[in-house]
Amino acid sequence: MRLSPKQSTLLVLAVLMIASPFFFPSNYYYRVGSLVFVNAIAVVGIVILTGYAGQISLGHAGFLGIGGYACALLPAHFGLPPALAVVAGAAISGAIAYVVGRPILKLKGYYLAVATLGFGVLVSMVLANEGWLTGGPDGIKVPDPGIRALLEQVGIELTNPQFWYAFCGLVLFIGAWLALNLRESPTGRALRALHGSEVAARTAGIDIAKAKLNAFVISAVYASVAGSLLALQNRLITPDVAGFMHSIELVTMAVLGGAGSVLGGIFGAALLTLLPQVLTVLQDYEHVVLGLVMMGVMIFLPAGLIPSARRLLRGRGE
Amino acid sequence: MSLLQVEGLGISFGGVTAVNDVSFALDQGKIVSVIGPNGAGKTTLFNMISGVYLPKSGKVRLDGEDVTGLRPDLLAVRGMSRTFQNLQIFQEMSVLENVIVGFHMHERGPVLADLFALPGSRKRARAAAEGARVLLERVGLERAAEREAGALSYGALKRLEIARALAARPRVLLLDEPAAGCNAVETEEIDRLICEVAKTGVAILLVEHDMKLVMRLSDTIVVLDHGEKIAEGDPAVVSRDPRVIEAYLGAGTTEALHAHG
Repeated sequence: MRLSPKQSTLLVLAVLMIASPFFFPSNYYYRVGSLVFVNAIAVVGIVILTGYAGQISLGHAGFLGIGGYACALLPAHFGLPPALAVVAGAAISGAIAYVVGRPILKLKGYYLAVATLGFGVLVSMVLANEGWLTGGPDGIKVPDPGIRALLEQVGIELTNPQFWYAFCGLVLFIGAWLALNLRESPTGRALRALHGSEVAARTAGIDIAKAKLNAFVISAVYASVAGSLLALQNRLITPDVAGFMHSIELVTMAVLGGAGSVLGGIFGAALLTLLPQVLTVLQDYEHVVLGLVMMGVMIFLPAGLIPSARRLLRGRGE
Repeated sequence: MSLLQVEGLGISFGGVTAVNDVSFALDQGKIVSVIGPNGAGKTTLFNMISGVYLPKSGKVRLDGEDVTGLRPDLLAVRGMSRTFQNLQIFQEMSVLENVIVGFHMHERGPVLADLFALPGSRKRARAAAEGARVLLERVGLERAAEREAGALSYGALKRLEIARALAARPRVLLLDEPAAGCNAVETEEIDRLICEVAKTGVAILLVEHDMKLVMRLSDTIVVLDHGEKIAEGDPAVVSRDPRVIEAYLGAGTTEALHAHG
C-alpha cells in the first residue's frame, strides 16, 4: 500500500523521535532533543501562518512569552495547576492573537512584518519592565507540573531530560498531525488559495480576512504551547524568550526547512537548534559558519531543505 | 425583472472617466457580450460588476438585490462568479485542488473539525473532490488532475479557471476574455463549453476580442467606446451599426464584424 504524504511525514517523524535516543551518549542529548521539539512546535505554527497562508509574523516569540509566563503566573496567583496553565495560556494567546490580528492582518508584506514586529517588542518590553508581576529581566520561577511524579507512581521511571524529551516529542507529533490535517482540509485549502491569489480566493467565496485570522490564531496557540513547555522544563522563564531575535529565529527555521512543509519546518528547527551546538568546536568561527550554512541553503535550495530534496528525488525517479 | 441589472454604472480614475453611464440587463441562460476597442473600459466594467472596484455612480442588481460594490466573496455567496483576463491560478496547487477551492462555499465547515480531521470535515472534502473531478471532465482536463497547475498550457489554464468558477455553482458567470491566447482548437472547446453552461440556465457575461466567437455565441452585444455604451442589440443589428464600425475602423475587425452577415 502506498502511504499518503501525511502518513509518510508522520512515520518519518515517529521513527526519528524513537530511534534517536539509541544514539544518545548521555542525558544531555535528551535535553537538546527536547529543545529541538519545543522550537519545532512553534515553527509548525509558523508553517501554517507563513507556509500555508503566506502571511509573515516577526513577533511570534511574543506568544511564546505569553505561554511561558502563563505557566509561572497563573499557578502562583490563581493556584491553577501548571498543566492546566498551558491550556489557559494557549487560550489567552489565541484571544490576544484574535484581537491583535483583526486590525494588523489587513496589512500586507513588509507592513505586516513591521506591525507584528511591534507586537513582539511590546510583549517583551512589558515582560522585562513590569518587574512587580513578571520578575523583570531576571525572569521568574515556574512550578513543576508533577507529571513525572505521576508516571513514577504507575511504574514508569524516567530521568528529567528523558521525560521532557518524550513529552515534548508527543506534543510535537500531535501538533504535526493537526497541521497536516489542516493542509488537506477546506480551511487549509482556503489558506493556501489566498496565498496563491487573493482575488481568485475571494471570487471562490473565501472570506480572506477571516481565513488569515484563523491562521494567525492557530499559529499563536502553537507558539504559546511551545513557550509553556520551554518554561516548564527550564523551571524558569525570562523575557528573552519573547525577544525579537527569537521571533526571527522561528521564521528562519521555517524558511530554511521549507515554509510550506510541516516536515521542512521541523527539520529547519532541528538544524538551527543543533548546528550551534555542533559548531562550538569551531569556537570563534561558529557564527561565521552558521551564517554561511544559512546563506548556502537559501542560495542553492531556495524552496527550503525538504521541498528541494523532494523535488530532487522526484526528478531522479522520472 | 432580469437576473443581473447594470444601471448607469460609472467610474473615473484620477479625474479621467473610464466608464460612464453604462446600463444593460442579463437574463437566465442568456449570453451577453461586451465588446469594444482596447481601452474602451470593458475590464473596468467587469471589475465594477464583480466587486473589485467600487463604482462612482450607478447600481448593480443581482436578482433584484442591490449588490453594488459588495466584496467578491459576498457576491460569490449570492451566485456571481468570474474568470480573469490575466489568469489567477493557484500555481502551487494541483489542477484538482484548484477546482476544489471553487467548491469552498459548499465544503467549508468549523475550523476545529478540519484540524482534527473529523469525519464531517473529511466527508465535505471528499464530496468537493468528487465534484471537482466531474467538472474537470467537463472541461476536458480530467487526465491532468494530479499535475501541478503551473505546468499546464495557457489554453488549459483558461478552461481550468472556468471549471473553478463553475464549482461555485454560479447563477451569473463573468468570463473575461476566455479565448484570449488560445489556438483555434482551444477556442472551439471554449465555445462549446460556454454554450453548454448557458444551456444549464447560467447567465453569462462575456468580454472577448474574438469576434467570430462573440457573433456566434451572443444573444445580445453591448458595444463600449471610450467608456460609453454606443450600441446594444443582437449580433446582426450591432454588426451593421455605423457607429460600431466607425469605433473599430481597423479593417480586419470590420471584416470580422461583417463576416457574420
